[in-house]
Amino acid sequence: MTRPALNTSKPLLRVANIYKSYGARVALHDASFDLWPGEVMAVVGESGSGKTTLLNAIAGRNRPDQGIVEYLNQENQLQNIYDMTQAQQRLLARTEWGFVHQNSADGLRMDVSAGANVGERLMGLGERNYGKLRQTAEEWLKRVEIDPTRIDDTPRTFSGGMRQRLQIARNLVTQPRLVFMDEPTSGLDVSVQARLLDLLRQLTRKMHLAVVIVTHDLAVARLLAHRLMVMQRGVVVEAGLTDQVLDDPQHPYTQLLVSSVLQP
Amino acid sequence: MTLNTPIPSSWCLRFYNLEIESKQMMLQLKKVTKQFTLHNQHGTELNVLNNVDMRVEAGECVVLDGPSGMGKSTLLKLIYANYRATSGEIEVRQADGSVLELTKADPRELIRMRQHTVGYVSQFLRVIPRVSALDVVAEPLLEDSSQEISAIEQAREIARRLLTRLHIPERLWELPPATFSGGEQQRINIARNMIKPRPILLLDEPTASLDAANTQTVIDLIHEALARGASLVGIFHDTHVGKAVATRHIDVTQFRSAK
Repeated sequence: MTRPALNTSKPLLRVANIYKSYGARVALHDASFDLWPGEVMAVVGESGSGKTTLLNAIAGRNRPDQGIVEYLNQENQLQNIYDMTQAQQRLLARTEWGFVHQNSADGLRMDVSAGANVGERLMGLGERNYGKLRQTAEEWLKRVEIDPTRIDDTPRTFSGGMRQRLQIARNLVTQPRLVFMDEPTSGLDVSVQARLLDLLRQLTRKMHLAVVIVTHDLAVARLLAHRLMVMQRGVVVEAGLTDQVLDDPQHPYTQLLVSSVLQP
Repeated sequence: MTLNTPIPSSWCLRFYNLEIESKQMMLQLKKVTKQFTLHNQHGTELNVLNNVDMRVEAGECVVLDGPSGMGKSTLLKLIYANYRATSGEIEVRQADGSVLELTKADPRELIRMRQHTVGYVSQFLRVIPRVSALDVVAEPLLEDSSQEISAIEQAREIARRLLTRLHIPERLWELPPATFSGGEQQRINIARNMIKPRPILLLDEPTASLDAANTQTVIDLIHEALARGASLVGIFHDTHVGKAVATRHIDVTQFRSAK
């Protein structure tokens, strides 16, 4: 697999001064960051801190009231995602982007087979050869450690951990450059979580994926993310290298967060 | 150099260049201060390091001395950008020759610095679930190469040699280190962080839980790193290890006095 050069001059995603409010309540206040190819960034904070609002705003799912979200397109130009046509946005979401939902039912088609779930994005790109689709689906089921004999079963018959892994396969099959994840491991058993985390860690490295992952679990951030952003009441209160923020937190809220958990 | 200075003959020029080469600054701390503010402990302030001025050149092994709690580990963590300096500057000569000032660098530059320039052997291994000891050790060599089978196999071969030198029994190589003993985990940690020949290496008590044979291996690895021109800064619990590797000692208590 070819890997982009480290010193590319433009970020993959540029977020500048975005705001979002719901009525009088400010959900997101002046968030800015650049994300580079291959970088994994975690966003942490308690529920209601604006993490998911931020994720939806930068993933083109919920337009911010102010500010700019730009994505580096195939012509190596930063393009405002909210200036794209709907068709362009849909194409991006199906090919170069992925979105892994907290609730797997939001990211999967629960009544079609696992194989069709994995193949759908490829079909969207024009792949019609049934044999090839099935073969790719089998390969991806193996990569996410799902027994390929389950290819014709629907996700309804899968466990929670299997559903999350299927969701990941469904998203990664088109070799995206940027993946958004909303609490992908919450609600899973600890042992199932460890397996999923290790899988995510290996896939993000091997595929050189850029990832924005929202989590409330600092251990997840420590294991997966290069960078960390801490949010409180819609404001980014601290950001930096993951181990820097966790080992030498500067902001009172981050210090509270770090001291409140058992060994992050 | 004035206009009247005679042009040096070629041997002289060569000597001059060599001189520069061996005195090359690899790491420099300028008036570095580290203070911790504990906001949830009534804003208690801990002054750990004051006015640290320190310069390390290529081929030097600087051993930090001083009683525990004096900020030796803190100093290493500042150089690894694990801690953020309260004031001052920390300059690192990177593998490509450029100088990076850590207190102003962005995360992307720091990630790259850790990949290519500064290695850090901490006191404990942070375990990665489900990854074999062999791959935990080989991983740093694969971060910037392709994931081709031949590259992976080559990295594993170097990892095998290192594990052998550190007396990790072969039956453990394919197992994840989570269940290993403290001493075994420490050796995996040393192997993982010394496998890549980075120009700057930080060592935080790497021999604390090792027996004599493995301690000797670590001393040998340090000498090999110095021989290839690396710069090392280390903390050694055993004074005989410190003596065996040091080209210079710095007493960190001097950074505590002035308020």
